[in-house]
Amino acid sequence: MENKLDYSVQAVPQKRKGNGIIFSQKVAPYIFVSPFILSFLIFFLYPSISTIIMSFQEVLPGETKFIGVENYKKLLNPHFYAALRNTTIYTIWTLIILIPLPLVLAVILNSKAIPGRNFFRSAYFIPALTSTIVVGVVFRLIFGELESAPANALLKLLGLPAQQWTMHWGTGMFLMVFLASWKWLGVNILYFLSGLQSIPKELYESAEIDGAGMFRKFFYITLPLLKPVVIYVLTISIFGGFRMYEESFVFWQNQSPGDIGLTLVGYIYREGFINNDMGFGSAIGIVLLIIVFVINIIQLKVTGAFKKEG
Amino acid sequence: MTQTAKIHPIAKVIVVLILLFLAIVALFPFFALLLASFKPSTELLRYGLNLKLQAHLLSFKNYIYLFQEGAKYLAWYKNSLIITAVGTVLSLLFSSMVGYALAVYDFKGRNAIFILVLTVMMIPIEILMLPLYKLMVSFKMINTYWGVIVPTMVAPIAIFFFRQYALGLPKELLDAARIDGCSEFRIFFSIMVPLMKPAFGAMAILQAMGYWNSFLWPTVILRTEDMFTLPIGLSGLLTPYGNNYDILISGSLLTILPIIVLFMFFQRYFISGLTVGGVKG
Repeated sequence: MENKLDYSVQAVPQKRKGNGIIFSQKVAPYIFVSPFILSFLIFFLYPSISTIIMSFQEVLPGETKFIGVENYKKLLNPHFYAALRNTTIYTIWTLIILIPLPLVLAVILNSKAIPGRNFFRSAYFIPALTSTIVVGVVFRLIFGELESAPANALLKLLGLPAQQWTMHWGTGMFLMVFLASWKWLGVNILYFLSGLQSIPKELYESAEIDGAGMFRKFFYITLPLLKPVVIYVLTISIFGGFRMYEESFVFWQNQSPGDIGLTLVGYIYREGFINNDMGFGSAIGIVLLIIVFVINIIQLKVTGAFKKEG
Repeated sequence: MTQTAKIHPIAKVIVVLILLFLAIVALFPFFALLLASFKPSTELLRYGLNLKLQAHLLSFKNYIYLFQEGAKYLAWYKNSLIITAVGTVLSLLFSSMVGYALAVYDFKGRNAIFILVLTVMMIPIEILMLPLYKLMVSFKMINTYWGVIVPTMVAPIAIFFFRQYALGLPKELLDAARIDGCSEFRIFFSIMVPLMKPAFGAMAILQAMGYWNSFLWPTVILRTEDMFTLPIGLSGLLTPYGNNYDILISGSLLTILPIIVLFMFFQRYFISGLTVGGVKG
């Protein structure tokens, strides 16, 4: 009480050091970062170690025993191959579509000659706001099996046969890639747009004086200067691709015919939670972890991010 | 000679037509959903989603079903709202503190911590969901809101964003406040937080959308129907028998709509929130 009174009348309050060590400049930063440290230890480091250990175990309720590399040997099975193949091919498709297309659209939308630029930007962006799961409900109906479902009606209009979209590997892959492309196109456009806006206009002006056309400007100025953004979008797309689960879930839940919709994350879920084989699920997780890490290291090497941030 | 003059008028028309086509593709699902929500579910089941207007069939019945007794929709909505609100507030608080400290203080271990932030940012939670689930079991957090929120409440991506933002804060203010005798915490909460408003806006939206739309982790944690969030509950209604289509469609629409309405008002924050890490314009 006495102390409190003291402060209120103090003319030069720097002397408040007595206020306790936690207010000092030395200790404060550690208190500020403590939520991350705790969260890192409990929800990242511990589970990481635990998943490595579990991947060498048979995990049964009340009883856990080490079984060496059995879980990893079990990985050599058609389901795992299907999951790895689906995830990889899906990722590659999203890269093929979700980088060049938004890049070109961003260049177009960056030109003042195009009317309604803001409308298009917003329209393309809106799908990103939605939950894949909820909007997936509509996609299920659009790509329904009935001949009158919108997608099949469109095919009919074009003189093509109706499809049972969720029954075949090719059409199934199309559904997942289409849903992802629909959802993320607008976000990637915005990434490229923000990159484009940081390119100095003078570069284009001097190129025009030198007589460079639209295409030359694109390939000699725009593309090289956008490289960091392209690499960033590439990285997040690869991550998004390898962690994919929801795009598959909306069409098949956790069971697809012939594993046409099985993904690595879906396989972890299926083995770990549905088949209750946590050891095997962990082994799949470790493989996924290694994939993600390798991509990461390559990415950091290419962009030199460590040098910049460290 | 301006850029405008160079594009051939016919080329321009073609480009605009392509843009329009893509805009239709982007917006079509919303339009289809809106239309279907006013039609009886029997119609939907028999003929699938179609674009016929059929004015005589349209009604608000599907929306009324949502609020009927026995329908769990309101409970799901409530769960989603609670998880989103609590999760967002906590993650903003913690992430801004960490990001701010990484930007303004020079302390031992700062770089190491920042590298850890970047590392965690790159590891999807899905990989660790099995051990995390076991951890939540031992914390007795299964089927609780906390189980969904706690593991994700210190968000590395938000830390990263706040750090980048806080690097631009005026250091002179910090020194001036110290001379005035402000504690480090008061400096943060009463001086720096107001200055970081735009960052809070962007991250509030990113985090809120993340919680509102998240699916896999809540599925792992939430076990009973009365605890489900909207995506879990709605996805469970999608059966081949179509017996739930009436509330499925209207319920999906009312899940998506609030975010789109918010987007109309806070476009700028949405855009900077969803394009974190991109090169600043």
